[in-house]
Amino acid sequence: MSKSSPATQDGYLRIEHVTKRFMGVTAVENANISIARGEFFSLLGPSGCGKTTLLRMIAGFEFPTEGAIYMDGQDMSAVPANKRPSNMVFQSYAIFPHLNVHDNIAYGLRRLRLSRREVNRRVEEALAMIHLPGLGKRRADQLSGGQRQRIALARALVNRPKVLLLDEPLGALDKKLRESMQLELRELQRSVGITFVFVTHDQEEALSMSDRIAVMFKGKVLQVASPRALYEAPNCREVADFIGSINFFEATVRGQEGGDVILEAAGLGTVRANLPAEHGFISPGARVIAAIRPEKILLLADGNGQPGQSAVGVIGAHAYLGDRDHLQVALSGRKEPVAVAAQQIERALTARFDSGQKVTLGWDKAAMLVLPG
Amino acid sequence: MATSAISQSASQSAGTGARGGLRAWFLRSENARGYALMGPTLVIMFIALAAPLILLLLYSFWTQEGYTVNTTLTFDRYFDIFVNDTSENRLFWTLFQRSVSISGVVTLVTVLLAYPIAYYVAFHVKKYKFLWLILLTIPFWTSYLLRVFAWKIILGYQGVINSGLQSLGIIDAPLEFLLYNPTSIVITLAHAWAAFAILPIYVSLEKIDRTLLEAAADLGDGPWRRFWRITFPLSMPGVISAAVLIFVPTTGDYVTPELVGGTQGKMLANLIQIQFGKSNDWPLGAALALSGLAFVGLIVVFTVAAFRAAVSRVR
Repeated sequence: MSKSSPATQDGYLRIEHVTKRFMGVTAVENANISIARGEFFSLLGPSGCGKTTLLRMIAGFEFPTEGAIYMDGQDMSAVPANKRPSNMVFQSYAIFPHLNVHDNIAYGLRRLRLSRREVNRRVEEALAMIHLPGLGKRRADQLSGGQRQRIALARALVNRPKVLLLDEPLGALDKKLRESMQLELRELQRSVGITFVFVTHDQEEALSMSDRIAVMFKGKVLQVASPRALYEAPNCREVADFIGSINFFEATVRGQEGGDVILEAAGLGTVRANLPAEHGFISPGARVIAAIRPEKILLLADGNGQPGQSAVGVIGAHAYLGDRDHLQVALSGRKEPVAVAAQQIERALTARFDSGQKVTLGWDKAAMLVLPG
Repeated sequence: MATSAISQSASQSAGTGARGGLRAWFLRSENARGYALMGPTLVIMFIALAAPLILLLLYSFWTQEGYTVNTTLTFDRYFDIFVNDTSENRLFWTLFQRSVSISGVVTLVTVLLAYPIAYYVAFHVKKYKFLWLILLTIPFWTSYLLRVFAWKIILGYQGVINSGLQSLGIIDAPLEFLLYNPTSIVITLAHAWAAFAILPIYVSLEKIDRTLLEAAADLGDGPWRRFWRITFPLSMPGVISAAVLIFVPTTGDYVTPELVGGTQGKMLANLIQIQFGKSNDWPLGAALALSGLAFVGLIVVFTVAAFRAAVSRVR
């Protein structure tokens, strides 16, 4: 009954060539993701990128127009939401208003015809897990946002799903609570060992919690990688731009030298950079984008710049942020100033930065990213 | 009553030298604004509801003597209805029972028929919900009396159904059980009150957060379980208000049993009407009316409480 394609057989949750169209509008286009058992996997992207639609297809609330989803080797194409081995934590939490906390959590267990004692034991266990013991009798309308969030989590986990789906579950919480819930959620995932698929538009949240992240943009999955790889080696302009901040430079490929690529970049002149892992797009004369993150740019003593890895500019705007300084440095031959984030330690070693002061910017060639134009 | 309370406290605070005068006081006081808003309605309610009720209560403690009313206070009317072995006693209980069972059936039938319609409009009509609701209320654009007459024509001995079936050769003689019995009252009232069931049920269904149904599906429930565990309990307020809205006035309905009920379909209100008309015994009529009111009230309170308790056991 279960079809499986050999290429991605190892995936516990497999999304294969999944496309979803709503009346001519493509919400998700040819998504291919394979998620391992026990992985904390995030779908990250701006609102309207299709990440929630993809999650709803995994849950069974929507069905793919093309392609298929497999859970633990089983094709889910003809399986309705109530028969899937997944549970979901909704963005609005969807706590049943007519039931108390105990009955909310026990909702999925009732169907299993367990003894009353077994249901009570599991609910108590779940309440302890979310650090809300003894809250069972509380009415749904007497709960705070944080409590609702935890109860939604307990209500899903108490069914011991193969996959837990979370639709921006921390979005409605205030910043402090959100940060502590991030840690707690990650700890919980490690201890229960259930595969989590977490949808968020908050890149910091995704980076700090996930084993791997799929970045989505306008319905397409652009890159699937670990948080570190996404930040250090984005594969396109959209991913680089969405995660962290970054300076982009229009550039032309001049040639290759050893393992390096030589570029001519507007405002920087001739630049040397490492050859990216996937470099099919690099050929002499090709238009590409050179990119570097603000914190990877160093402020050097005058004249210490290495050729191909430095530029001279004039400090424009300057913001003091305590642990770091944010500078805007104007380069000749480029309209937009370059953003530089100078850390405290670096600042102590060099002189004060003043607007109008001339500085030399330097960087490691590994920090200069080359992206398709 | 309410207006005098306002002017009284207004003059008090004016007397203590409130800053900004009456206008500022009015803006500061939540209560004053509330009463001002309700004022006109309260006055009408008092004149048209409280005053007649008090008058009715007074009458029920008086005695009819020929063409005059003896205003000595007495419980005799209530004794006649509840204690003494009188024709009033037997009539009251027979007709009260019949009224309650007829309108109980009417309520049940109407709510059961209205629920699917309300459900359909709330959950499956996407675009023209408002149009649907307007269309559902079209029967109410005709007067109540005309609708009852219409049913009389449809159900009558030579009515639409009988002549239709006869001309098709399905029956030889007209069916007599269609008109002038409790069934025809149920049919007529169920149709007459349909919109009063559909609208409140629709509103409560419409308010249900659709995510809750997705959550129930996600937790393993198929469509039926989802309905009984989420949709139905959450539509309770609508079902209860529909039931009360229909049960209370139909128990006291007088036009429909008079026109389509026949002798077997006489209800409590017909007996009361006779006291205020032919029999000319207003005190007895008043006592009958208030007794009916009290018992219907009790039935409603207990039924609603029992229904609520039953539904809250659904988990």
